[in-house]
Amino acid sequence: VRATSPTFRPWRRRLPFLLFAVFAGACGNRAADTVTVATTSSAYDTGLLDALANEYRSTRPGRRLVPLVVGTGEALALGRRGDADLLIVHAVELEQRFMAEGHGELRLTVFSNDYVIAGPPSDPAGVRAATDAADAMRRIEAAGAPFASRGDDSGTHHAERALRAAAGIAAAAGSVIETGLGMGETLAVADERRAYVLTDHATLRMFSDRMDLDVLFSGGAALHNPYSVILVQGARNAAGARDLAVWLAGREAAAVVAQYGVERFGTPLFRPVVQDTP
Amino acid sequence: MDLLLESVQEALRLLLTGDRYVLEVLALSLRVSGIAVVIGVVAGLPIGAALALTRFPGRRLCIVLLYTGFALPPVVVGLFLYIMLSRAGPFGGLELLFTPTAMIMAQATLATPYIAGFTLAAVQAVPADVRLQALALGASPQRALFMHLREARLGLVAAIVAGFGAVISEVGAVLLVGGNILGETRVLTTAIVLETRRGNFAAALALGMILLLLALVLNVLLMRAQQGPAGAIPPRGGAWR
Repeated sequence: VRATSPTFRPWRRRLPFLLFAVFAGACGNRAADTVTVATTSSAYDTGLLDALANEYRSTRPGRRLVPLVVGTGEALALGRRGDADLLIVHAVELEQRFMAEGHGELRLTVFSNDYVIAGPPSDPAGVRAATDAADAMRRIEAAGAPFASRGDDSGTHHAERALRAAAGIAAAAGSVIETGLGMGETLAVADERRAYVLTDHATLRMFSDRMDLDVLFSGGAALHNPYSVILVQGARNAAGARDLAVWLAGREAAAVVAQYGVERFGTPLFRPVVQDTP
Repeated sequence: MDLLLESVQEALRLLLTGDRYVLEVLALSLRVSGIAVVIGVVAGLPIGAALALTRFPGRRLCIVLLYTGFALPPVVVGLFLYIMLSRAGPFGGLELLFTPTAMIMAQATLATPYIAGFTLAAVQAVPADVRLQALALGASPQRALFMHLREARLGLVAAIVAGFGAVISEVGAVLLVGGNILGETRVLTTAIVLETRRGNFAAALALGMILLLLALVLNVLLMRAQQGPAGAIPPRGGAWR
Protein backbone atom coordinates (compact mmCIF):
# COMPACT_ATOMS: atom_id res chain seq x y z
CA VAL A 1 0.00 0.00 0.00
CA ARG A 2 2.77 2.35 0.96
CA ALA A 3 4.83 1.80 -2.17
CA THR A 4 1.98 2.86 -4.46
CA SER A 5 1.03 5.88 -2.36
CA PRO A 6 1.20 8.85 -4.72
CA THR A 7 3.09 11.12 -2.35
CA PHE A 8 5.66 8.54 -1.32
CA ARG A 9 6.97 7.21 -4.62
CA PRO A 10 8.20 10.41 -6.20
CA TRP A 11 10.16 11.17 -3.07
CA ARG A 12 11.87 7.84 -3.19
CA ARG A 13 12.85 8.41 -6.77
CA ARG A 14 14.16 11.84 -6.03
CA LEU A 15 16.13 10.82 -2.99
CA PRO A 16 19.29 9.63 -4.79
CA PHE A 17 19.40 12.87 -6.77
CA LEU A 18 18.88 14.90 -3.63
CA LEU A 19 21.67 13.02 -1.88
CA PHE A 20 23.91 13.51 -4.87
CA ALA A 21 23.14 17.22 -4.94
CA VAL A 22 23.96 17.58 -1.26
CA PHE A 23 27.15 15.58 -1.73
CA ALA A 24 28.21 17.56 -4.78
CA GLY A 25 27.44 20.76 -2.93
CA ALA A 26 29.63 19.69 -0.04
CA CYS A 27 32.46 18.82 -2.41
CA GLY A 28 32.03 22.03 -4.32
CA ASN A 29 32.46 23.99 -1.14
CA ARG A 30 35.99 22.67 -0.86
CA ALA A 31 36.90 23.55 -4.41
CA ALA A 32 35.64 27.13 -4.04
CA ASP A 33 37.99 29.98 -3.18
CA THR A 34 39.45 28.33 -0.08
CA VAL A 35 43.08 28.42 0.98
CA THR A 36 44.16 25.70 3.42
CA VAL A 37 47.00 26.86 5.64
CA ALA A 38 48.92 24.34 7.73
CA THR A 39 50.51 26.38 10.48
CA THR A 40 52.86 25.70 13.33
CA SER A 41 51.10 25.97 16.67
CA SER A 42 53.46 28.61 18.07
CA ALA A 43 52.35 31.15 15.47
CA TYR A 44 48.67 30.26 15.82
CA ASP A 45 48.37 29.97 19.61
CA THR A 46 49.52 33.57 20.09
CA GLY A 47 46.52 34.72 18.02
CA LEU A 48 48.69 36.48 15.44
CA LEU A 49 47.42 34.41 12.53
CA ASP A 50 43.81 35.24 13.38
CA ALA A 51 44.67 38.92 13.35
CA LEU A 52 46.46 38.53 10.00
CA ALA A 53 43.58 36.48 8.54
CA ASN A 54 41.02 39.12 9.56
CA GLU A 55 43.03 41.90 7.95
CA TYR A 56 43.62 39.86 4.80
CA ARG A 57 39.98 38.89 4.37
CA SER A 58 38.81 42.47 4.77
CA THR A 59 40.44 43.16 1.40
CA ARG A 60 39.56 39.81 -0.27
CA PRO A 61 35.83 39.22 0.15
CA GLY A 62 34.72 35.65 -0.57
CA ARG A 63 38.08 34.03 0.12
CA ARG A 64 37.94 31.43 2.86
CA LEU A 65 41.01 30.56 4.96
CA VAL A 66 41.15 27.18 6.67
CA PRO A 67 43.86 26.93 9.32
CA LEU A 68 45.24 23.51 10.22
CA VAL A 69 47.12 23.93 13.48
CA VAL A 70 49.88 21.31 13.59
CA GLY A 71 53.59 21.00 14.33
CA THR A 72 56.22 22.00 11.77
CA GLY A 73 56.88 18.31 11.01
CA GLU A 74 53.23 17.57 10.34
CA ALA A 75 52.77 20.80 8.36
CA LEU A 76 55.58 19.77 6.01
CA ALA A 77 54.09 16.26 5.72
CA LEU A 78 50.68 17.74 4.85
CA GLY A 79 52.40 19.86 2.21
CA ARG A 80 54.19 16.83 0.73
CA ARG A 81 50.89 14.99 0.40
CA GLY A 82 49.18 18.02 -1.11
CA ASP A 83 46.66 18.36 1.72
CA ALA A 84 47.54 21.99 2.40
CA ASP A 85 48.06 24.90 0.01
CA LEU A 86 50.24 27.03 2.21
CA LEU A 87 52.56 26.26 5.14
CA ILE A 88 53.69 28.56 7.93
CA VAL A 89 56.69 26.93 9.59
CA HIS A 90 59.90 27.76 11.44
CA ALA A 91 62.72 25.27 10.89
CA VAL A 92 65.11 26.70 8.33
CA GLU A 93 66.96 23.44 7.63
CA LEU A 94 63.76 21.41 7.10
CA GLU A 95 62.30 24.19 4.94
CA GLN A 96 65.39 24.18 2.73
CA ARG A 97 65.18 20.41 2.32
CA PHE A 98 61.45 20.68 1.51
CA MET A 99 62.24 23.21 -1.22
CA ALA A 100 65.21 21.22 -2.54
CA GLU A 101 63.01 18.15 -2.89
CA GLY A 102 60.71 20.17 -5.13
CA HIS A 103 57.67 20.21 -2.84
CA GLY A 104 57.54 23.99 -2.56
CA GLU A 105 57.07 26.63 -5.21
CA LEU A 106 57.83 29.74 -3.20
CA ARG A 107 59.30 30.37 0.26
CA LEU A 108 59.23 33.76 1.96
CA THR A 109 60.23 34.87 5.44
CA VAL A 110 57.24 36.63 6.99
CA PHE A 111 58.06 37.47 10.59
CA SER A 112 60.42 36.48 13.36
CA ASN A 113 60.95 36.52 17.07
CA ASP A 114 63.55 35.17 19.47
CA TYR A 115 64.04 32.04 21.44
CA VAL A 116 64.88 32.50 25.09
CA ILE A 117 66.12 30.10 27.75
CA ALA A 118 63.69 30.14 30.65
CA GLY A 119 63.78 28.33 33.94
CA PRO A 120 63.17 28.51 37.68
CA PRO A 121 63.86 31.97 39.16
CA SER A 122 66.39 30.42 41.57
CA ASP A 123 68.53 29.52 38.49
CA PRO A 124 70.54 26.67 40.07
CA ALA A 125 72.74 26.29 36.97
CA GLY A 126 73.70 29.98 36.84
CA VAL A 127 72.35 30.52 33.33
CA ARG A 128 71.95 34.26 33.95
CA ALA A 129 75.74 34.60 33.92
CA ALA A 130 76.17 32.73 30.60
CA THR A 131 78.16 34.44 27.85
CA ASP A 132 76.12 32.97 24.97
CA ALA A 133 73.34 30.47 24.34
CA ALA A 134 75.73 27.52 23.91
CA ASP A 135 77.40 28.44 27.20
CA ALA A 136 73.96 28.52 28.85
CA MET A 137 73.25 25.00 27.58
CA ARG A 138 76.65 23.81 28.85
CA ARG A 139 75.94 25.29 32.29
CA ILE A 140 72.59 23.48 32.51
CA GLU A 141 74.28 20.24 31.44
CA ALA A 142 77.20 20.67 33.89
CA ALA A 143 74.83 21.38 36.81
CA GLY A 144 72.82 18.26 35.95
CA ALA A 145 69.71 20.45 36.03
CA PRO A 146 66.54 19.10 34.34
CA PHE A 147 65.77 20.46 30.86
CA ALA A 148 62.32 20.12 29.34
CA SER A 149 62.69 19.31 25.65
CA ARG A 150 59.88 19.40 23.09
CA GLY A 151 61.12 16.15 21.54
CA ASP A 152 58.58 16.42 18.73
CA ASP A 153 60.64 17.46 15.66
CA SER A 154 59.08 20.92 15.86
CA GLY A 155 60.94 24.05 14.83
CA THR A 156 61.75 24.74 18.47
CA HIS A 157 63.02 21.18 18.95
CA HIS A 158 65.31 21.60 15.96
CA ALA A 159 66.64 24.87 17.35
CA GLU A 160 67.22 23.13 20.67
CA ARG A 161 69.18 20.31 19.04
CA ALA A 162 71.25 22.79 17.02
CA LEU A 163 72.10 24.67 20.23
CA ARG A 164 73.09 21.46 22.00
CA ALA A 165 75.26 20.45 19.06
CA ALA A 166 76.92 23.89 19.04
CA ALA A 167 77.62 23.52 22.75
CA GLY A 168 79.17 20.09 22.15
CA ILE A 169 76.63 18.28 24.33
CA ALA A 170 75.52 14.74 23.50
CA ALA A 171 72.02 14.60 22.03
CA ALA A 172 70.38 12.50 24.75
CA ALA A 173 71.79 13.78 28.02
CA GLY A 174 70.46 12.16 31.20
CA SER A 175 68.56 15.09 32.68
CA VAL A 176 66.53 15.87 29.55
CA ILE A 177 62.76 15.47 29.97
CA GLU A 178 61.33 14.77 26.51
CA THR A 179 57.70 15.87 26.59
CA GLY A 180 56.65 15.23 23.00
CA LEU A 181 54.11 18.05 23.45
CA GLY A 182 53.40 21.52 22.19
CA MET A 183 55.15 24.62 23.54
CA GLY A 184 52.49 25.60 26.08
CA GLU A 185 52.29 22.09 27.55
CA THR A 186 56.08 21.80 27.63
CA LEU A 187 56.26 25.07 29.57
CA ALA A 188 53.79 23.55 32.05
CA VAL A 189 56.05 20.52 32.48
CA ALA A 190 59.10 22.77 32.94
CA ASP A 191 57.21 24.82 35.52
CA GLU A 192 56.08 21.71 37.39
CA ARG A 193 59.52 20.06 37.37
CA ARG A 194 61.47 23.31 37.91
CA ALA A 195 63.29 22.57 34.68
CA TYR A 196 65.01 24.79 32.13
CA VAL A 197 63.39 25.12 28.73
CA LEU A 198 64.07 26.66 25.34
CA THR A 199 60.99 28.53 24.15
CA ASP A 200 60.01 31.21 21.73
CA HIS A 201 59.52 34.44 23.63
CA ALA A 202 55.97 34.95 22.35
CA THR A 203 54.60 31.70 23.78
CA LEU A 204 56.39 32.25 27.10
CA ARG A 205 54.79 35.67 27.40
CA MET A 206 51.37 34.18 26.70
CA PHE A 207 51.79 31.75 29.60
CA SER A 208 54.20 33.46 32.00
CA ASP A 209 51.56 35.05 34.26
CA ARG A 210 50.42 31.54 35.21
CA MET A 211 53.87 30.07 35.66
CA ASP A 212 56.94 30.43 37.80
CA LEU A 213 59.38 30.66 34.88
CA ASP A 214 61.82 33.52 34.30
CA VAL A 215 63.70 34.47 31.15
CA LEU A 216 67.26 33.60 32.19
CA PHE A 217 69.08 34.05 28.91
CA SER A 218 68.17 35.86 25.71
CA GLY A 219 69.85 37.47 22.72
CA GLY A 220 72.40 36.42 20.13
CA ALA A 221 72.14 35.17 16.57
CA ALA A 222 71.80 31.54 17.72
CA LEU A 223 68.41 32.34 19.26
CA HIS A 224 66.95 34.07 16.20
CA ASN A 225 63.65 32.44 15.17
CA PRO A 226 62.40 33.29 11.66
CA TYR A 227 59.03 32.05 10.35
CA SER A 228 58.49 31.29 6.68
CA VAL A 229 55.48 30.83 4.48
CA ILE A 230 55.78 28.15 1.79
CA LEU A 231 53.54 27.87 -1.26
CA VAL A 232 53.10 24.15 -1.89
CA GLN A 233 53.92 22.84 -5.37
CA GLY A 234 50.68 21.96 -7.16
CA ALA A 235 48.46 23.58 -4.53
CA ARG A 236 44.74 23.06 -5.06
CA ASN A 237 44.11 26.78 -4.97
CA ALA A 238 47.47 27.96 -6.31
CA ALA A 239 46.34 31.49 -7.23
CA GLY A 240 44.68 32.13 -3.87
CA ALA A 241 47.57 30.62 -1.94
CA ARG A 242 50.15 32.66 -3.83
CA ASP A 243 48.20 35.84 -3.23
CA LEU A 244 48.10 35.12 0.51
CA ALA A 245 51.81 34.22 0.65
CA VAL A 246 52.83 37.43 -1.10
CA TRP A 247 50.46 39.44 1.09
CA LEU A 248 51.95 37.89 4.26
CA ALA A 249 55.44 38.96 3.17
CA GLY A 250 54.25 42.46 2.26
CA ARG A 251 53.81 45.78 4.04
CA GLU A 252 50.14 45.45 5.02
CA ALA A 253 50.87 42.25 6.95
CA ALA A 254 53.99 43.82 8.44
CA ALA A 255 51.86 46.61 9.91
CA VAL A 256 49.63 44.03 11.62
CA VAL A 257 52.62 42.08 12.96
CA ALA A 258 54.31 45.24 14.27
CA GLN A 259 51.21 46.10 16.29
CA TYR A 260 50.26 42.63 17.47
CA GLY A 261 50.62 42.15 21.23
CA VAL A 262 51.36 45.80 22.01
CA GLU A 263 47.99 46.26 23.65
CA ARG A 264 48.38 43.30 26.01
CA PHE A 265 52.14 43.11 26.58
CA GLY A 266 53.42 46.61 25.86
CA THR A 267 55.75 45.44 23.09
CA PRO A 268 54.99 43.40 19.95
CA LEU A 269 55.32 39.60 20.11
CA PHE A 270 56.86 39.27 16.64
CA ARG A 271 59.06 41.40 14.38
CA PRO A 272 57.77 41.89 10.85
CA VAL A 273 59.93 40.94 7.89
CA VAL A 274 59.07 42.59 4.58
CA GLN A 275 60.12 40.66 1.50
CA ASP A 276 58.99 42.18 -1.78
CA THR A 277 58.24 39.54 -4.37
CA PRO A 278 57.64 39.40 -8.12
CA MET B 1 47.63 3.20 -0.31
CA ASP B 2 51.44 3.12 -0.18
CA LEU B 3 51.18 4.78 3.24
CA LEU B 4 48.97 1.97 4.51
CA LEU B 5 51.34 -0.68 3.20
CA GLU B 6 54.31 1.14 4.67
CA SER B 7 52.65 1.31 8.07
CA VAL B 8 51.80 -2.41 8.07
CA GLN B 9 55.45 -3.16 7.31
CA GLU B 10 56.51 -0.75 10.04
CA ALA B 11 54.17 -2.37 12.58
CA LEU B 12 55.52 -5.84 11.74
CA ARG B 13 59.11 -4.62 11.91
CA LEU B 14 58.57 -2.97 15.31
CA LEU B 15 56.91 -6.09 16.72
CA LEU B 16 59.27 -8.68 15.21
CA THR B 17 62.48 -6.87 16.12
CA GLY B 18 61.16 -6.18 19.64
CA ASP B 19 61.88 -2.46 19.35
CA ARG B 20 62.77 -1.25 22.86
CA TYR B 21 60.95 2.07 22.60
CA VAL B 22 57.75 0.36 21.47
CA LEU B 23 58.01 -2.32 24.16
CA GLU B 24 58.48 0.33 26.85
CA VAL B 25 55.52 2.34 25.63
CA LEU B 26 53.43 -0.83 25.34
CA ALA B 27 54.38 -1.95 28.85
CA LEU B 28 53.41 1.42 30.34
CA SER B 29 50.10 1.38 28.44
CA LEU B 30 49.33 -2.05 29.90
CA ARG B 31 50.38 -1.04 33.40
CA VAL B 32 48.44 2.22 33.50
CA SER B 33 45.25 0.91 31.88
CA GLY B 34 45.48 -2.43 33.69
CA ILE B 35 45.70 -0.88 37.14
CA ALA B 36 43.00 1.65 36.20
CA VAL B 37 40.66 -1.19 35.20
CA VAL B 38 41.39 -3.09 38.43
CA ILE B 39 40.47 0.04 40.40
CA GLY B 40 37.45 0.46 38.14
CA VAL B 41 36.35 -3.11 38.92
CA VAL B 42 36.86 -2.68 42.66
CA ALA B 43 34.79 0.51 42.61
CA GLY B 44 32.36 -0.18 39.78
CA LEU B 45 31.39 -3.81 40.34
CA PRO B 46 29.86 -3.26 43.81
CA ILE B 47 28.14 -0.09 42.59
CA GLY B 48 26.62 -1.86 39.59
CA ALA B 49 25.61 -4.94 41.61
CA ALA B 50 24.10 -2.83 44.38
CA LEU B 51 22.06 -0.78 41.90
CA ALA B 52 20.83 -3.99 40.25
CA LEU B 53 19.88 -5.84 43.42
CA THR B 54 18.52 -3.17 45.74
CA ARG B 55 15.62 -0.73 45.59
CA PHE B 56 15.88 2.66 47.22
CA PRO B 57 14.63 6.18 46.56
CA GLY B 58 16.87 7.95 44.06
CA ARG B 59 17.99 4.69 42.46
CA ARG B 60 16.75 5.72 39.02
CA LEU B 61 18.61 9.02 39.29
CA CYS B 62 21.78 7.10 40.22
CA ILE B 63 21.39 4.89 37.14
CA VAL B 64 20.86 7.90 34.87
CA LEU B 65 23.97 9.54 36.30
CA LEU B 66 25.91 6.30 35.87
CA TYR B 67 25.01 6.00 32.20
CA THR B 68 25.78 9.69 31.73
CA GLY B 69 29.25 8.79 32.99
CA PHE B 70 29.71 6.80 29.76
CA ALA B 71 29.85 10.15 28.02
CA LEU B 72 32.51 11.64 30.31
CA PRO B 73 34.92 13.32 27.89
CA PRO B 74 38.46 12.14 28.70
CA VAL B 75 39.80 15.63 28.09
CA VAL B 76 37.49 17.06 30.74
CA VAL B 77 38.47 14.38 33.27
CA GLY B 78 42.10 15.12 32.44
CA LEU B 79 41.61 18.85 32.76
CA PHE B 80 39.86 18.50 36.12
CA LEU B 81 42.65 16.29 37.49
CA TYR B 82 45.23 18.65 36.01
CA ILE B 83 43.74 21.58 37.93
CA MET B 84 43.61 19.49 41.11
CA LEU B 85 47.18 18.18 40.84
CA SER B 86 48.94 21.22 39.35
CA ARG B 87 51.42 22.92 41.64
CA ALA B 88 49.01 25.82 41.97
CA GLY B 89 46.09 23.42 42.68
CA PRO B 90 44.77 22.04 45.98
CA PHE B 91 46.72 18.77 45.74
CA GLY B 92 49.85 20.23 44.16
CA GLY B 93 51.92 19.27 47.19
CA LEU B 94 51.59 15.58 46.28
CA GLU B 95 53.70 16.23 43.15
CA LEU B 96 51.65 13.73 41.17
CA LEU B 97 51.19 15.73 37.98
CA PHE B 98 52.99 14.24 34.94
CA THR B 99 53.40 10.83 36.62
CA PRO B 100 51.87 7.43 35.77
CA THR B 101 49.90 7.67 39.04
CA ALA B 102 48.03 10.70 37.72
CA MET B 103 47.31 8.82 34.50
CA ILE B 104 45.93 5.85 36.46
CA MET B 105 43.70 8.20 38.48
CA ALA B 106 42.29 9.68 35.28
CA GLN B 107 41.69 6.34 33.58
CA ALA B 108 40.18 4.75 36.70
CA THR B 109 37.71 7.65 36.79
CA LEU B 110 36.80 6.94 33.17
CA ALA B 111 36.60 3.15 33.57
CA THR B 112 34.40 3.06 36.69
CA PRO B 113 31.09 4.18 35.10
CA TYR B 114 31.60 1.71 32.23
CA ILE B 115 32.23 -1.21 34.54
CA ALA B 116 29.42 -0.25 36.93
CA GLY B 117 26.97 0.28 34.04
CA PHE B 118 27.74 -3.02 32.33
CA THR B 119 27.64 -4.82 35.69
CA LEU B 120 24.22 -3.33 36.40
CA ALA B 121 22.89 -4.57 33.07
CA ALA B 122 24.44 -8.02 33.46
CA VAL B 123 23.24 -8.59 37.02
CA GLN B 124 19.77 -7.32 36.21
CA ALA B 125 19.51 -9.72 33.28
CA VAL B 126 19.84 -12.75 35.58
CA PRO B 127 16.36 -13.99 36.56
CA ALA B 128 15.68 -13.17 40.21
CA ASP B 129 14.51 -16.73 40.87
CA VAL B 130 18.13 -17.91 40.72
CA ARG B 131 18.78 -16.23 44.04
CA LEU B 132 15.36 -17.12 45.45
CA GLN B 133 15.82 -20.78 44.61
CA ALA B 134 19.31 -20.80 46.12
CA LEU B 135 17.89 -19.26 49.30
CA ALA B 136 15.01 -21.73 49.31
CA LEU B 137 17.48 -24.59 49.00
CA GLY B 138 19.20 -23.36 52.14
CA ALA B 139 22.06 -21.25 50.79
CA SER B 140 23.27 -18.38 52.98
CA PRO B 141 22.47 -14.88 51.63
CA GLN B 142 26.16 -14.37 50.76
CA ARG B 143 26.23 -17.68 48.93
CA ALA B 144 23.02 -16.81 47.07
CA LEU B 145 24.47 -13.43 46.06
CA PHE B 146 27.63 -15.12 44.83
CA MET B 147 25.55 -17.51 42.74
CA HIS B 148 23.61 -14.63 41.27
CA LEU B 149 26.83 -12.86 40.30
CA ARG B 150 28.23 -16.10 38.92
CA GLU B 151 25.26 -16.32 36.60
CA ALA B 152 26.09 -12.82 35.39
CA ARG B 153 29.75 -13.63 34.72
CA LEU B 154 29.55 -13.31 30.93
CA GLY B 155 28.23 -9.80 31.34
CA LEU B 156 30.87 -9.04 33.96
CA VAL B 157 33.62 -9.99 31.52
CA ALA B 158 31.96 -7.70 28.99
CA ALA B 159 32.08 -4.98 31.65
CA ILE B 160 35.83 -5.42 32.09
CA VAL B 161 36.41 -5.60 28.33
CA ALA B 162 34.40 -2.43 27.78
CA GLY B 163 36.20 -0.60 30.58
CA PHE B 164 39.61 -1.65 29.33
CA GLY B 165 38.75 -0.77 25.74
CA ALA B 166 37.59 2.66 26.81
CA VAL B 167 40.77 3.55 28.70
CA ILE B 168 43.52 1.88 26.63
CA SER B 169 42.35 3.84 23.59
CA GLU B 170 41.79 7.23 25.19
CA VAL B 171 44.32 9.97 24.71
CA GLY B 172 42.76 13.18 26.03
CA ALA B 173 43.19 12.48 29.73
CA VAL B 174 46.62 10.83 29.73
CA LEU B 175 48.08 13.50 27.48
CA LEU B 176 46.97 16.23 29.89
CA VAL B 177 47.92 14.68 33.22
CA GLY B 178 50.75 12.45 31.97
CA GLY B 179 52.57 14.88 29.74
CA ASN B 180 53.77 12.26 27.19
CA ILE B 181 57.26 12.32 28.75
CA LEU B 182 59.66 9.89 27.09
CA GLY B 183 60.46 6.93 29.34
CA GLU B 184 58.11 8.17 32.06
CA THR B 185 54.56 8.80 30.90
CA ARG B 186 54.49 8.01 27.19
CA VAL B 187 51.83 5.42 26.30
CA LEU B 188 50.67 4.06 22.94
CA THR B 189 47.99 6.67 22.31
CA THR B 190 50.16 9.66 23.20
CA ALA B 191 52.98 8.22 21.10
CA ILE B 192 50.53 8.05 18.18
CA VAL B 193 49.65 11.73 18.63
CA LEU B 194 53.34 12.61 18.73
CA GLU B 195 54.23 10.64 15.58
CA THR B 196 51.29 12.26 13.77
CA ARG B 197 52.48 15.71 14.80
CA ARG B 198 55.95 14.84 13.61
CA GLY B 199 54.48 13.95 10.24
CA ASN B 200 55.52 10.29 10.61
CA PHE B 201 52.11 9.03 9.53
CA ALA B 202 53.33 5.46 8.83
CA ALA B 203 54.86 5.13 12.30
CA ALA B 204 51.69 6.55 13.87
CA LEU B 205 49.49 4.06 12.01
CA ALA B 206 51.86 1.23 12.93
CA LEU B 207 51.50 2.10 16.62
CA GLY B 208 47.73 2.19 16.14
CA MET B 209 47.84 -1.32 14.70
CA ILE B 210 49.89 -2.51 17.67
CA LEU B 211 47.27 -0.99 20.01
CA LEU B 212 44.48 -2.85 18.19
CA LEU B 213 46.49 -6.06 18.23
CA LEU B 214 46.98 -5.68 21.98
CA ALA B 215 43.24 -5.25 22.49
CA LEU B 216 42.58 -8.30 20.33
CA VAL B 217 45.00 -10.51 22.26
CA LEU B 218 43.60 -9.39 25.62
CA ASN B 219 40.03 -10.03 24.52
CA VAL B 220 40.94 -13.50 23.28
CA LEU B 221 42.60 -14.26 26.63
CA LEU B 222 39.59 -12.97 28.58
CA MET B 223 37.19 -14.99 26.46
CA ARG B 224 39.24 -18.14 26.96
CA ALA B 225 39.39 -17.58 30.69
CA GLN B 226 35.64 -17.08 30.75
CA GLN B 227 34.30 -19.67 28.37
CA GLY B 228 37.05 -22.24 28.09
CA PRO B 229 38.84 -23.08 24.83
CA ALA B 230 35.73 -24.57 23.27
CA GLY B 231 33.95 -21.23 23.44
CA ALA B 232 30.57 -22.76 24.21
CA ILE B 233 28.12 -20.56 26.07
CA PRO B 234 27.16 -22.30 29.33
CA PRO B 235 23.44 -22.73 29.92
CA ARG B 236 22.04 -20.05 32.18
CA GLY B 237 20.72 -21.34 35.50
CA GLY B 238 20.28 -24.79 33.98
CA ALA B 239 21.63 -26.57 37.04
CA TRP B 240 18.61 -25.63 39.14
CA ARG B 241 15.87 -26.25 36.64
